[in-house]
Parts: sequence; structure tokens; C-alpha cells
Amino acid sequence: MTERKIEVKALTRVEGEGGLYVRMRDNRVDDIRLTIYEPPRLFEKLLEGRQLEDTPDIVARICGICPVAYQMSSVHALEMALGITSTPEVRQLRRLLYCGEWIESHALHVYLLNIPDFLGYDSGLEMAADYPDEVNRGLRMKKHGNALLEVLGGRAIHPVNVAVGGFYRAPARMELRKLIPDLEWCIEAAAETVRWVSTFDFPDFTQDYQFVSVSHPDEYPMNEGAVVTSNNESIPVTDFEDEFEERHVEHSTALQSVRKKTGETYFLGPMARVNLNLDRLSPMARKLADEVGVDWPCGNPYKNIIARSLEIVHAFEEAVSIIRDYKTFSPSRAEYTYQAGEGCSATEAPRGLLYHRYIVDDEGRIKHAVIIPPTSQNQAQIESDLRNWVPRVIDQDDATVARSCEDLVRTYDPCISCSTHFLKLELDRG
Amino acid sequence: MATKPKLGVFKFASCDGCQLSLLSAEDELLGIADQIEIAYFLEATSRTVPGPYHISLIEGSITTPHDAERIQSIRRESKYLVTIGACATAGGIQALRNWADCDEFVRGVYATPDYISALKTSTAIADHVKVDFELRGCPINKYQLIEVIQSLAAERRPTTPTHSVCLECKRRGTVCVTVARNEPCLGPVTQAGCNAICPTFNRGCFGCYGPQAQPNLVALTTSMQESGMSERQVIHSLRSFNGYAPEFREESDRIETMRTDEP
Repeated sequence: MTERKIEVKALTRVEGEGGLYVRMRDNRVDDIRLTIYEPPRLFEKLLEGRQLEDTPDIVARICGICPVAYQMSSVHALEMALGITSTPEVRQLRRLLYCGEWIESHALHVYLLNIPDFLGYDSGLEMAADYPDEVNRGLRMKKHGNALLEVLGGRAIHPVNVAVGGFYRAPARMELRKLIPDLEWCIEAAAETVRWVSTFDFPDFTQDYQFVSVSHPDEYPMNEGAVVTSNNESIPVTDFEDEFEERHVEHSTALQSVRKKTGETYFLGPMARVNLNLDRLSPMARKLADEVGVDWPCGNPYKNIIARSLEIVHAFEEAVSIIRDYKTFSPSRAEYTYQAGEGCSATEAPRGLLYHRYIVDDEGRIKHAVIIPPTSQNQAQIESDLRNWVPRVIDQDDATVARSCEDLVRTYDPCISCSTHFLKLELDRG
Repeated sequence: MATKPKLGVFKFASCDGCQLSLLSAEDELLGIADQIEIAYFLEATSRTVPGPYHISLIEGSITTPHDAERIQSIRRESKYLVTIGACATAGGIQALRNWADCDEFVRGVYATPDYISALKTSTAIADHVKVDFELRGCPINKYQLIEVIQSLAAERRPTTPTHSVCLECKRRGTVCVTVARNEPCLGPVTQAGCNAICPTFNRGCFGCYGPQAQPNLVALTTSMQESGMSERQVIHSLRSFNGYAPEFREESDRIETMRTDEP
């Protein structure tokens, strides 16, 4: 019996720390692990006993790339516990904030983390020597996403304006309107991005996935809706923990999620959202989705970059549309009295569905918190993909196999800081 | 042409936000990459160059036995070791475990705690190795980060202000939220650097940049209690992202020993 091991000790161009380990016996894949060794930070416990108003600022620190997602899922869940319904004005402003985060996170991933794989570079910075206009276009879109977060949230990383009940301050109309010219330029830049990335060479690797996302009848999913699947299920968010289960495995400090009743893995993120909500994309994004030669629903994970780029178009278009209709409002947040209760919420982080549940007491303190981030939910799916992918490249040398596995992992835009830990790819074929 | 100074970016327990600040310097990023060699920055590039490094930026706190060893080897490879952010400089929000039973924390989050290897504390980098410069903030300010990189690349000592957030409010012309609205605010004891964002959003400072030089904490916490905050609220306000910074820690511990309300 011959055994071969391939190991990537530290995945690169992903957020956080993880690796990859593959072991083959007699040229068959024997073990594959996405190892997440990012040190645990134990957020759910350190929230206990804190005043509920502290929650959005604390959970933002789970992830510097998608702090808004954590703020959004937390305030919605806490508002449910407190019996608050957000006003239409707050709702729109929250969507606008989320647009800013999707833009900065997606532009970062598309241009600096993912495109280098398709064009054969080690980084976006290195790629800039040969593709200066394209890299600058990506950076400029990212900058304008950040500018939106700065106006609305005070700063791009860990914004300070999100409150339980609404916002600490609703921006003045002109503060937002002056962003419009740049945002309009960005819609076209984002459309160019979609056209460009759709010309890349994609490995022929279509899988039969179960896609899962939040879905809302009237809008592209962000803050509100039921949890839908490509098996035609529509699950109320309050039933999330009956249908999806986190399991703890030895090689990971992240918990891995599967469907509770069947043990099946599932797929979250831009491609799941586009597949399940195609007709609710903004007009330009919807039109581009038809033009790029993808037969939606798409089951090729490498084409996540097309879905992600379509969502950048969507986010810029929706941002402009929200700002055009925006008028400042007062009060900027709902008042409430403390009551013991429980609430949960699922919103769409850039990388996929993010679920929070809280129990609070009648003095406004957190008694219990549950946080299920998107990357830990995708982790089992990524491992399943690797298991199917490695046999196709098994004849290549170790470095090539390792690199191609990393490429596949990166299509998911894993955020390991979120999932509380790091990945590690080792390929074991001794 | 002389070789460019080498920069390494290393992550410990953290959210990635501070290293992201470098990638968020969209207008300056390509220029910085011309002046220095980005030799180790896993989040940005698959190309890694072995040390030694002229500047090592350290994000995150020490929370595992492995990381306690790893920081020693990075120190040996680094001419200038710079901590970036509240986690690396003060232990971060995860240092709240230092006041709790960490094993109970782990059991509370993970079904099979035996798989988890964690120290009972989250500690600052300076508790483990010599640190040449500490850059504050949760997150750091990207312009301060650029100042630090360019200064150290040119063998100059970086300068960042050590006065309080109050000065930034005055400079911006922001009305004091404590005086005008009786909002609790850590601005008088917190180091500047964020440009006093929170008061422009009608809320008090919550201490992202940690204690300023020589803060008068007792005066502030006394006044907070006089304006109606409970001991628990005052303790929690100090115990957040920089809660384990010595000045904040000593003051929250002092109130803890004197408290009369329920823990």
C-alpha cells in the first residue's frame, strides 16, 4: 500500500487562518480535511451578562471583513426578543449599509483574492503590474463601498452607528447624495467586471448542490425573509435550528453544519443567492446574468466569482436607488422597554447566511447567545468538493494538487476569522 | 538600487480587521508595495519570503500554547516588531475570558471541548516579547498604519498622538455628548486616533483606542456613577476591546472590589 500526503499548512488569500490536508492510499483519496486552527475567541460566552445594547459593537469584532453582517443579524434578533418592528426608513438604511459591506467585501475578494487564481498570479498586487487598469478599477469600487460605510457608519471596519432599534444618527440627505456620482461610475465598473470575469477559463466541475439562502418575495435577500433551499423548502427562521445542525469535529475549531434530518451538506453565498433569487436582482444585474452565458441555476463553484460580481452590480444599483429616495428621519431608533424574551434572525453576510439567536432577561442582559457563521456552514461542503476534485488531479505533482485545492477553497471566499478558526490543507498520499 | 525593506504581517487571535486596514488603503496600497517588499502577508498574497523582516506587523492576541511559541520565533526574525490593534496591544475583546472560567467558556461553545486547545487567558503581545511600537485602535486608523510603515522603513520613529479623544472632538467642533446630553463617554481617558467618530453619531466614546497617557480614570468613573450609571455598567464600559489594558483593568478591578450591586 502506498500512502501520499499533501498538506497546505496555511491557506493564503483567505480571511483568517486555516489549512488543508489530503491523504491518499493506493491513489485513492482516504482523508480530506479543511483544518481550521484559528484560535477560538468564545464570543457566545463572553456576551453573557452584557447589556444587550453592547451586542452589535461586540459581535462586529468577530469579523473585520463583514462586521455589518454581525451587527445586522444581532440587532434583528434582539429586536424580535424585545418585540420591536423596524420602521421602513430604518429598514432601507440598513439595506444601504449592507450594500456598502457587500461591495467592499466582494470587490476585495474578486480583485485581490480570487482573480489572481484565474490569471496565474500570487496576488492582486503582483497582478497590478500587468493589469493596472483592472486592479485600480477593483480598488476604486472597494473604496466607494467603504465610503458608503464611512458616511453611514462612521468608519468602514467596525462601524459605530448601528443600534438596537435603528441607528444612533440618521445621516443628512446631502451626506449620502454626494456619493451618487461615484456610485454611478461604479455600476458601470461593476458591469465591466461581470463581463470580464465571465470570459475566464472555468474548470468543468459541476456538482449537485443543495443551495440555501434567505429569500424575500419582493427584494434581493439581505436582512429579512424565510430560509429557502433548492429542494423547494421554505423554512421560517425560527425553525432554523430544527433544520440545520452544527457538529464539532476534531480537526476544526469551527463547528461544521449539515442538514439536521439528512446529514447533507449545503452551499451558501453569492451563487446560492443568485440561483435562488435570480428574478430579484437589480435591473442591470439581472440583464447581465442573462448575457454572461451561464445557465442558472449554476452548480460550478468556480463560477461563484460571476455571481459575486453580479452582486456588486446589484449592490451599487440598489445603493443609488435607496439614496435617491432617502430623506433623513427622526427618531432614528425605536424606543423600547426591557422584557425577558428570545429572538433569532438570519441575514445574508457577503459569504452567506448568518444566523443569531439570543435570550435576554427583563433587565436587558444577554442570558444566552447562539451564532452560526456562513463559513462554518460551508466548511463541510468545501470538504465534499475537495473529495470530488482531488481524483481529477491526482496524477499531478504535490504542489500542483495543493495549489488547485487552494483555488477551489478560495472560490467560497471562506472567512475563517468568522468561523472562529483557521484552515489547513495537507495532502496525505504515502 | 538598494533592496526594499521587507514587511511581514502576522495574525494571532483577532478579526482580521487591522490587517485589512492595509488593503483598505486603496489609494496608497500600490505605492506602498513599490516602496517596501510585502514578504509575508497571507491574506493578500500566496508568495511568501522567509525572514528576517525589517518590519513585522502583529495582529491579534496570544490565546494558545502554539501561538505563545510562534510569537517568539517571529520576534527573532524581526528588526521592528509593531503590534496593530487592540487585540495585539491589550488582549482584545477575547480577554474578557481573563475574568472568567475559560474552561467553562469553551464548554459553553463547543460540544466536544477536548478538541480545543486554548490558554486560559488572552494576552497582549508585549506580555510575551519586546514590542518596538504599539499602534492602537479597534480597528487601527489606516493613515496611522501608513505613517508607521513609512517611518520605520526610513528608520524614523513613528509619531502618533497620545492625548485624549476630547481634543479631537474640540478640533472637529463636536458638541460634548456628556455635557449636552448626559451620555456616558470614555473620551476623556481614551487615546485619540479615530478622529472622535462616535460623538458625531450622538453617542459616547467606548474606548476603541485604549487608555491615553496618564488617564484620570477615578475622576471619570466617579462622575459616571454620579450621573446614574450602576457599578456593573461602569465596569462593563471599561471591560471591552481594551479592557485588559493595565489602566482600564486596574480601574474596573478597583470598582469590582468595592461594588455593592449584584455581580
